[in-house]
Amino acid sequence: MAQTKTRKKISKDNLTAIAFLLPSFLLILVFVYGFIGWTGYVSLSNYNTIVPDFSFAGLKNYIYLFNDFRFQADLRNTLFFTIFFIGLVIILGLGLSILIDQKLKGESFFRNVFLFPMALSFVVTGVVWQWLLNPSTGFNQFLSIFGIQPKWYTDTNILAGFEWGSIEFGLPVAILAVVIAAVWQMTGFSLAMYLAGLRGIPDELKEAARIDGASEFQVYRKVVLPMLLPITVSVIIIMAHISLKIFDLVYAMTGSGANFVTDVPGVYMFETTFRGNYYANGAAIAIIMLLLVAIFIVPYLWSNRKGGQ
Amino acid sequence: MKKLYGLVALLALILVIAACSSDSSVESDGNSNSNDDGEASSKVEIFSWWTGAGEEDGLLALIDLFEDQHPDIEVENAAVAGGAGTNAKAVLATRMQGNDPPSTFQVHGGEELNKSWVAADKMEPLNDFFEENEWMDKFPEELIDLVSSDGNIYSVPVNIHRGNPVFYNMEVFEEHGIEVPTTFDEFFEAAEKLEAAGVVPLALGDKESWTATQVFENVLLGVLGPDGYNDLFAGEISFTDERVVEAAEIFGKMLDYVNEDHASRNWQDSAQLVANGEAAMINMGDWAKGYFANDLGLETNVDFGYFAFPETEGMFQVITDTFGLPKGVDNPDDVKEFLTVLGSVEGQDAFNPLKGSIPARVDADPEKYDDYGKDAMEDFKTARLVPSLAHGSAASEGFLTKANQAVNIFVTQRDVDTLLEALENAAPEM
Repeated sequence: MAQTKTRKKISKDNLTAIAFLLPSFLLILVFVYGFIGWTGYVSLSNYNTIVPDFSFAGLKNYIYLFNDFRFQADLRNTLFFTIFFIGLVIILGLGLSILIDQKLKGESFFRNVFLFPMALSFVVTGVVWQWLLNPSTGFNQFLSIFGIQPKWYTDTNILAGFEWGSIEFGLPVAILAVVIAAVWQMTGFSLAMYLAGLRGIPDELKEAARIDGASEFQVYRKVVLPMLLPITVSVIIIMAHISLKIFDLVYAMTGSGANFVTDVPGVYMFETTFRGNYYANGAAIAIIMLLLVAIFIVPYLWSNRKGGQ
Repeated sequence: MKKLYGLVALLALILVIAACSSDSSVESDGNSNSNDDGEASSKVEIFSWWTGAGEEDGLLALIDLFEDQHPDIEVENAAVAGGAGTNAKAVLATRMQGNDPPSTFQVHGGEELNKSWVAADKMEPLNDFFEENEWMDKFPEELIDLVSSDGNIYSVPVNIHRGNPVFYNMEVFEEHGIEVPTTFDEFFEAAEKLEAAGVVPLALGDKESWTATQVFENVLLGVLGPDGYNDLFAGEISFTDERVVEAAEIFGKMLDYVNEDHASRNWQDSAQLVANGEAAMINMGDWAKGYFANDLGLETNVDFGYFAFPETEGMFQVITDTFGLPKGVDNPDDVKEFLTVLGSVEGQDAFNPLKGSIPARVDADPEKYDDYGKDAMEDFKTARLVPSLAHGSAASEGFLTKANQAVNIFVTQRDVDTLLEALENAAPEM
């Protein structure tokens, strides 16, 4: 009912707005959604040679992938990478922002120091950390004083591993090296988000809690943290889509790794498509990555839509 | 509504631009037909991944030579950076499929050419062109076979690299009294001795897994011999054949003697281990010679020496860069002029000494090459030539991708059955 009313009332302003939106809408429709559709179509075809073959293959490419050692390893690595990456970015970002929020001197200096790694490209980060965490250079030169020599991203061990499918499922130690580099780069972002969130909490609330006899820890636990929940959700969404689609950092830093311990779907997609000419397999990986990201994004968009109304 | 007119005007503008660009392509067609009149406007675009130190110099020397001979043809160097051509190949695939081929492009002879662009019917046959230039006996027959498919020749080889030398640190060998190993037994004996002395016997840098695949293909060549090796990649011998099993076991045993941090190194990083004496040997294509000599300043046959991979003496693992003529190029005659220079003795002798490879022609001038080059040219004439798997000549890119994956898993797991099963499953795609 409400809709029919507004539809009748398309004013001149509305028309102008539509005219301005239309070109970008059409371009996005074709070049984003159109090509997502095309990728989906290719992923169901037999286009696994350089000569295009669009005959229908059903779910053959997906079945192949889920039986493939490398893809199973990719999913395992992505799972653990995402958990550790998001977890550490949130904990460190929140911790640092609370410390910086204590009205300490030189606040803007610290804020900038932590934010600065974000200005680098993941490729730069990858190259730097490749040498820092190389088993024969970097940190290990220092750690040798204490007699410990971690193998970092060349470690092929799977912690708490057990046979599952064709891979050993567990925590690949090597992926932690990539997590360190990614956390180093992205913590500044969550710090900035949390800092903005902390600044948005009225002092009266904290004061009220203190007057009611809450300890400083309780103030944070019961007042501040719940109010930061929307920020946390945003951080999780943003970090999750970075982590699920990560390519450049891994490609520059470790490559696929021995036994594919640091491989991720993005790298597999690139190699199988452009080196192996397995276009349909590559498209299937792309679609799976899209679905993984959608798991995070769709509920978020949905709740936003409801919140907006 | 006025805004809508603006929109329409914008669309019209886009159409005009599109129309203009198709006009200009008609124009360049016209030029290519009239280039005999000496109009200096036709262009040859040379697509390659030669952007590294020596190789770029070689390419530029070749372009200079061509421009001297053909001042009327403009050359565009469309090189795309990135090791082993990974990025370039992705760009090329996009352009070829969009029917926007470069005038000519770098491609390894063998299946990388035949199973992809030739199979996709995107290349012009060059048989008449070879006959015209009287090249049929200037290139070795086995090499021409490598760039041919169903009796048609599709590209012009410009250089040869060898995939089966082992480079070694001469000082380390001398210090530990090691003789150059020619058999696998001698190799393992030497490796034992070196390891006991605290030297890494074999350097490996398999951050990109083709380096390990390269070792494996050389073991395969050593065990199966050239005929068996060719039969294997022709699909006449199964990957579960007992000789292949034996080769995989030898390969696995060799991996016991590599540096522990192999997964963090690329081939240059691993070659450095040999250069500074931490490791004794490395199996690497002979582009490593250029790295030792030019980048690290070592002297051939003084600081480092070389020998054929054990049991592959008299065999030559061929990696050849070639250039062909794609279909749908505006000015094929100009491109053929370039290919003529590329295939000439003069062109090959301009390019190869700088690139550090040897000429693909058998009648080039050995005096222009260093000691290693002279040796390799001699071997190239007499040895059996076999196509390399790790560099895309022996099998399709698809098979190679899967082989690299299987080898990567094998390097860690050492499970011969899994390796050979994966290769056998991928074999129909060779």
